[in-house]
Amino acid sequence: MYAQLVDTGAKRVQSLEELSPEDRAFQERIDAGVKIEAKDPMPESYRRTLVRQISQHAHSEIVGMLPEGNWITRAPTLKRKAILLAKVQDEGGHGLYLYSAAETLGVSRDQMIADLHAGKAKYSSIFNYPTLSWADVGCIGWLVDGAAIINQIPLCRCSYGPYARAMVRVCKEESFHQRQGYDIMLALARGTAEQKAMAQEAFNRWWWPALAMQGPPDKDSVHSAQSMAWKIKLFSNDELRQKWLDQTVPQAHYLGLTVPDPDLAWNDETGHWEHGPIDWDEFYRVIKGDGPCNRDRLRARVKAWEDGAWVREAAVAHAEKRAARERVKAA
Amino acid sequence: MKEWPLWEVFIRSQHGLAHKHVGSLHAPDAEMAIRNARDVYTRRNEGVSIWVVKAADITASSPGDKEALFEPANSKVYRHPTFYPMPDEVKGI
Repeated sequence: MYAQLVDTGAKRVQSLEELSPEDRAFQERIDAGVKIEAKDPMPESYRRTLVRQISQHAHSEIVGMLPEGNWITRAPTLKRKAILLAKVQDEGGHGLYLYSAAETLGVSRDQMIADLHAGKAKYSSIFNYPTLSWADVGCIGWLVDGAAIINQIPLCRCSYGPYARAMVRVCKEESFHQRQGYDIMLALARGTAEQKAMAQEAFNRWWWPALAMQGPPDKDSVHSAQSMAWKIKLFSNDELRQKWLDQTVPQAHYLGLTVPDPDLAWNDETGHWEHGPIDWDEFYRVIKGDGPCNRDRLRARVKAWEDGAWVREAAVAHAEKRAARERVKAA
Repeated sequence: MKEWPLWEVFIRSQHGLAHKHVGSLHAPDAEMAIRNARDVYTRRNEGVSIWVVKAADITASSPGDKEALFEPANSKVYRHPTFYPMPDEVKGI
């Protein structure tokens, strides 16, 4: 999802009996549904995994501003432009809520950003795809934010208090994102033949990356099992993907779009949609830095950070000067 | 470069409730912290008043003191109205 393939450092999930007394007490609190807060005792592996997961999630929000930001100056109407500005601003806000949540675990925001810029920290694979037409902005809101909602709503109940609270704020805003995306698609679907073709063309490109973005099947993954034991992951990737598929296919049909998957089929017995094989080689390639836009995205982030350095420095100098003046006045 | 200090943000919503902690942010000074809090935490009419406090200035109780601080209240059930059963016939109490 927004945090993909999060390493927990675990070789296997230990049973309560195998855990040290401190770790066992911790696991029992988690099992009892107690929320863990910043100053509570916690195993170092839980803390480290959360830093990895939350910072990846934060980086995804911030890098995710780039593909959509690409269309702010080119939105078709003033209304769409205002909506897109608000949406992209929300994503920046989501990144900030999440960086704050991660900071409660004792890592600084500057450090997290440095890790992203050095290529040490990951962000979601999905934001390494380009936005070639206006319909891509519709597809991102509808498909990508739709997938995000499915992942993030359960996280509102995760075991780490500051992360859960950040997720509550994020989820409140996410529904607007998905709807504005679908609204763009609706307008195109009701438009001219060219507009319909534009919608289908963008949909064809976003379908598979969006289907893959919950991550590879992980029901046998030790890291997923550990994250689930800690309640910082509540559903397997395939469960999340299925939920997304079942809700999205009828929405695509309503728009008159053809899902670009010849194997897509409704299973009457299970009551679920079934999809064809996902190209996981592509997913891993993108995660490892070789997607269509990885280098562009990182370059844009680093440039924004470096170009803004003088503003951050000037603000500190100004604050220090004013504080010094106050001290003189008080003396 | 020196990192901007961390501020905790408290917002009072429209309905006359107390300021409530909503999250934190970085800012070089209090004035910028208020401006940033406006942008980060009140994009949808969430509040009518903002407090910001430097995170370093907050003193918090320690999780280790939880029992000492809060357990004494557990045995004082007579502090709750439900401790006093009222006869069904008695109304308005």
